[in-house]
Amino acid sequence: MRRIISVLMENEPGALSRIIGLFSQRGYNVDSLCVAPIEDSSLSRLTITTAGDDKVIEQITKQVNKLIDVLKISDLTDGQHVERELMLIKVGTRSDSVRDEVKRTVDIFRGQVVDITPRNYTIEVTGTSDKLDAFIHTMSQTAEIVELSRTGVCGLSRGEKSMRQ
Amino acid sequence: MEMMSGAAMVVRALKDVGVKHVFGYPGGAVLDIYDALYAQEDVQHVLVRHEQAAAHMADGYARATGQTGTVLVTSGPGATNTLTGIATAYMDSIPMVILSGQVPSVHIGEDAFQETDMVGCSRPIVKHSFLVKRAIDIPDAIAKAYYIANTGRPGPVVVDLPKDIVNIQESHPYQFPDKVQMRSYNPTIKGHMGQIKKALKALLEAKRPVLYVGGGAIACDASSLVTELAEKLHLPVTNTLMGLGAFPGDHEQCIGMLGMHGTLEANKTMHNADCILALGARFDDRVTNNVDKFCPHATIIHVDIDPASISKTINAHIPVVGSVKSVLTQFFEQMHEINDTERKEQLADWWEQIASWRTRKCLSYAGSNELIKPQQVIESLYRHTQGDAYVSSDVGQHQMFAALYYPFAKPRRWINSGGLGTMGFGLPAAMGVQFAHPDAVVCCVTGDGSIQMNIQELSTCMQYGLPVKVISLNNRALGMVRQWQDMIYKGRHSHSYMDSLPDFVKLAESYGHVGIKVEKPEELEDAMARCFALKDKLVFMDIAVDQNEHVYPMQIKYGAMDDMRLSKTERT
Repeated sequence: MRRIISVLMENEPGALSRIIGLFSQRGYNVDSLCVAPIEDSSLSRLTITTAGDDKVIEQITKQVNKLIDVLKISDLTDGQHVERELMLIKVGTRSDSVRDEVKRTVDIFRGQVVDITPRNYTIEVTGTSDKLDAFIHTMSQTAEIVELSRTGVCGLSRGEKSMRQ
Repeated sequence: MEMMSGAAMVVRALKDVGVKHVFGYPGGAVLDIYDALYAQEDVQHVLVRHEQAAAHMADGYARATGQTGTVLVTSGPGATNTLTGIATAYMDSIPMVILSGQVPSVHIGEDAFQETDMVGCSRPIVKHSFLVKRAIDIPDAIAKAYYIANTGRPGPVVVDLPKDIVNIQESHPYQFPDKVQMRSYNPTIKGHMGQIKKALKALLEAKRPVLYVGGGAIACDASSLVTELAEKLHLPVTNTLMGLGAFPGDHEQCIGMLGMHGTLEANKTMHNADCILALGARFDDRVTNNVDKFCPHATIIHVDIDPASISKTINAHIPVVGSVKSVLTQFFEQMHEINDTERKEQLADWWEQIASWRTRKCLSYAGSNELIKPQQVIESLYRHTQGDAYVSSDVGQHQMFAALYYPFAKPRRWINSGGLGTMGFGLPAAMGVQFAHPDAVVCCVTGDGSIQMNIQELSTCMQYGLPVKVISLNNRALGMVRQWQDMIYKGRHSHSYMDSLPDFVKLAESYGHVGIKVEKPEELEDAMARCFALKDKLVFMDIAVDQNEHVYPMQIKYGAMDDMRLSKTERT
């Protein structure tokens, strides 16, 4: 089962490698990873999407929590949550008709064209991972995909809950 | 504020932490620190012959005392040589701090001479590590390292020190922190009261309870509480390999070690129990055998300071996170007066059942007039040390014989590499113990294979006058490998024999020690007596033992805990 795990940790050199190392050392999957400092720059927040049954996920959370640099860990998929992923995608637009169709698709997916050359568009799309997958699939039927980059999932739990509490 | 160099800070911080002994080996990146060591007498440095041995010595020192062991090595090969020792300590949760030199900061990443990424190399086998960037951070990093190493679930911590920050030509203000506080590290020591009540209820209601005690009970010095609980509730107790001595091995309620080479009664008791109270044990694969067949009738109460140990391999019905010591103290607070007669009555059938398993005498073995049996050597050792020695071991058959035939009555007396199974551990570990307890009788039970993995330390023993007694069970083979080859590989002894052994007596003598060769059963007692009469000498006992002896009992692979071979021909 797909899980989104959020980790609050010290923003120190080496902290990220400890978490990544732990995943590979213990044979856990990392499907995506997204990390950056938060408003208190001494801390970083890291979001990992992984997969596993309840027993594996329990071990992952316990093992990660055991790392000295980790303050808190929570499985966002345990409750209601908001998740987003951002993608930049460059597609070939060799004719007017392709350009029109690409623009229509971008609008439907509420994306934005952020860069244009005579030969391609660079598009920004945000949403759940499923939505980005759907966008890629749709776009591939209209235009040639030149390259793309995705940030990996980041997320927060819904409502009043906060990891800093 | 006092001003001093980074190197002086390292030594001063060690003193402020309370370190008495440092095991190490000098080299380019740590010469400044060695210079600072030269100028003082508070911290004694022990010069080893190989850095791996330094780590094992610090480890043995820590196991025997509970205090954190300290290692000091240079960068590159000095640092990487300690890795086996660090992994050994990590697997057995032993508190240790490894100070490693590093190339100057500006050269990190340039593949400089003797550069390795020690923090990276050691990452999967340490509890934590520090790469110190500024001299003024040294006291704080060292204070934190010792705090982390010896709180919560203990473990090794690496402190990597680039050469430029320990430069003796520079001066910096030194301030040692009064208290270490880390917002991201707060181990749970006290158990959850709700869980404790549940656990106690299950334990008191059980008809076939058993205490399963591991190294965690020794790590937090909870042995007397374990004994108190067992006696109060008349519980049978089994110790793990790491837990030997946590509950006295000579106590009538002790049913011996459990697991792969556990006693029949211990494994039977576990398998048939209706309630298992695991104290600081981790349901290791060498204990459980096939997890799907593990103790089918038992309610499992698992007390451990590390939440990640709980329900990792075996699901715990009642998990209790906390130190064994705190949790048992809480148990006693919650326990009502126990009527001793009623309690005995409640468990009478269970004890009767256990007694019937005991009658099999699973540790009995056939003696011989021609060949010395390894079991017999350990029994002799037990007699000649009144069961009160510190005994380290290497890894293999001799380790299991020592674990089974030397019933340790006290904690911290049995010093072995349980989790990692590191050959070469025994001698340096015994040396670490001897440094911690200079007047104690310290033995290293080893074999002709293991001893050669760190035999160079005989030289260190001479330098420091360590009267360790090396009891080498020489079977001219890698005994445990050979045993498996006999059992599983139709006796094809692929690379498990040693046909070019040195003359160990002469070898010991060449290092300045005493060597005694024993070849016949009738010589054994006298030789042991001579060995232990030489109180101030290292004695190397080269004892020729039966090459074809196997360690029994032994669990049968894929079976339940109590599916065991009892001898070459019998099984349960």
